[in-house]
Amino acid sequence: MTRFIVRRLLLTIPVLFGVIFVVFAAARILPGDPCRAQLGERATDAVCADFNRRNGYDLPIPVQFTTYLGKLAEGDLGASTKTSLPVTQLLVQRLPLTLELTVYALAFALLVGIPLGIISAYKRNSPIDVVTMMVANLGVSIPIFVLGLLLAFVFGLLLRGTPFALPPSGRLTSGVSIRPLVEVWGLQALAGPPRVLLDFTSNIYSLNALITGQWNVLADAFRHMILPAVALGTIPLAIIARITRSSLLDVLGQDYIRTARAKGLPDIKVVTRHGVPNAMLPVVTVIGLQLGGLLAGAVLTETIFNLAGVGLAVYDAITGRDFAVIQGFTVVIAVVYLLVNLAVDVSYARLDPRIRLS
Amino acid sequence: MSANVTQPTAELLGDQPAAPRTTGLWRDTVANILRQRNAVVGLAIITLLVLAAIFADVIAPIPPNKVLLGTEAGVRKLSPPCVHLLGCPTDRPQHLLGTDTNVRDEWSRVVHGARVSLQVGFVTVGFAIVIGMLIGAVAGYAGGVMDNGLMRLMDVVLAFPSLILAILIVSALGHSLINAQVAIGIVAIPVYARVMRASVLSIKEQDYVTAARALGASPGSILLRRIVPNSLTPLIVQGTLGIGGAVLEVAALSFIGIGAQPPIAEWGSMVGLERGQLFNAPWLIFGPGIALSLTVFGFNLLGDGLRDALDPRLNR
Repeated sequence: MTRFIVRRLLLTIPVLFGVIFVVFAAARILPGDPCRAQLGERATDAVCADFNRRNGYDLPIPVQFTTYLGKLAEGDLGASTKTSLPVTQLLVQRLPLTLELTVYALAFALLVGIPLGIISAYKRNSPIDVVTMMVANLGVSIPIFVLGLLLAFVFGLLLRGTPFALPPSGRLTSGVSIRPLVEVWGLQALAGPPRVLLDFTSNIYSLNALITGQWNVLADAFRHMILPAVALGTIPLAIIARITRSSLLDVLGQDYIRTARAKGLPDIKVVTRHGVPNAMLPVVTVIGLQLGGLLAGAVLTETIFNLAGVGLAVYDAITGRDFAVIQGFTVVIAVVYLLVNLAVDVSYARLDPRIRLS
Repeated sequence: MSANVTQPTAELLGDQPAAPRTTGLWRDTVANILRQRNAVVGLAIITLLVLAAIFADVIAPIPPNKVLLGTEAGVRKLSPPCVHLLGCPTDRPQHLLGTDTNVRDEWSRVVHGARVSLQVGFVTVGFAIVIGMLIGAVAGYAGGVMDNGLMRLMDVVLAFPSLILAILIVSALGHSLINAQVAIGIVAIPVYARVMRASVLSIKEQDYVTAARALGASPGSILLRRIVPNSLTPLIVQGTLGIGGAVLEVAALSFIGIGAQPPIAEWGSMVGLERGQLFNAPWLIFGPGIALSLTVFGFNLLGDGLRDALDPRLNR
């Protein structure tokens, strides 16, 4: 097991360097002058000469890459071209919301997708199965931005005034506010990394409200997360339902299932005890792969529901041609994605001992 | 050959097939595809879209980019759908899906959008397949350092969430529909390269390849004339499965404003630009939105059906 993890870790390192290099290359080597690309119409020859010298773009490419790597290692992602604020600071402000949204979306996908897949497989070719799979097919075909706008339209406008109405934008209803952890605990004097960590946790509204017992805020924050989470979670839900179904169908055809049936186990126990646990392996892989889609989908979801997370920051950076922010966030998202996949691989080895052997 | 042998036996047994038994890979394949309900529905949707794209000027005669202000009596921006046959007053100009913020006919824009999206799907995936095929073929055939280098490069591309890498590439190249297609194409390359490499690895050990080598054929000609034609099937299946995704991702880039630029009638950018009108003029969102979902749905169904039809392991 340890050997497997170590080998898998070592294999990740070259890919990690590759990822960083690709992001670096997108800024420096691709056709187009970084100055003109980033400053747009503000760029004149004099401005550009100064800009290039200030950012070290006049140095040889290998030197620039080493400098870039060094800065990354120190956690320096550069500064926004527009606001001059460090990208890291923006990240700490924006990441909690995206994290919260992703967790809700994934929970929705798992809690609905897995049972749907199990029922579909168990009732194979029944009307339930056909309808579920048709809906799953539709689910992967509707673009997030269309589904999101549709949800906002239905729950924000058509159902307005009914108990089913849900807020189509923002994180909290105006008038409701959440108290940060430092304030609740009277730690305003705190500084440095512990303070950053506390502020970060404070910004995950559901978690903060849960810890400090601000129940009305918790309910409000949750209501605001429903529509975005459903919009973002639908594609993974459809994929998870399909994978669960096909994987469980595979398992239910195995000899040990026949044995379990032969010894007189009730059908429900055959499926829940022997079927489902053995069918979960491919589902775990797919969850890992879907996280990348969730991070990318956050850009669209946050734009539609007006949530100030990483996704909206990337969107604003795109419209404002703030390349430093796009670059910084891309590196972070790619590294997170890489680590998640590493974790999935490792958990895979825990779930299935055969993998460690090969 | 075997089909010819089995046919008389079937007749002896009194088993009368409704149609003459198909022979050959392609006819078998077509018959297999037509047996799948999903694939038939997918094929029907795509056929409809292709017809809409070809006859766009007939179905929607108003040019998609024409600003109607001053050319028609009573026309205004954001007017709701109006069909005279369905009881809309005849003194108002007829627009199936109303007009958009710039007083253009929305129905026209949605119909003409089929041209853009079909082009986007085929060209983007075609680009990814050609490059992926080259990389996969060279890696699989050459082996060694070349193989390792190319495949690790593919790993790096796969290490990004695809839309995020595409955003990075388009931001660096500049915002346009072509660049968005290039970006989505690049992001898709590794899938095709891996599929191609896998087929090349299995085909290059076949007897007929050894025979060609023994006859003195050059590596280039073996690769082009023996290996590539024989490894196309999995690529085609993968490609069909990828078209829906490519259309979706290019539309997403256009939605956030870095793909198709105005005034191109592209569904993603149409939704993106009229997003603010959701509560006033929802038809401007749902017209292109439904068209886009239907297109992706059609390609996904067709791709699934094609995979089931061409995968020998699933042959029943």
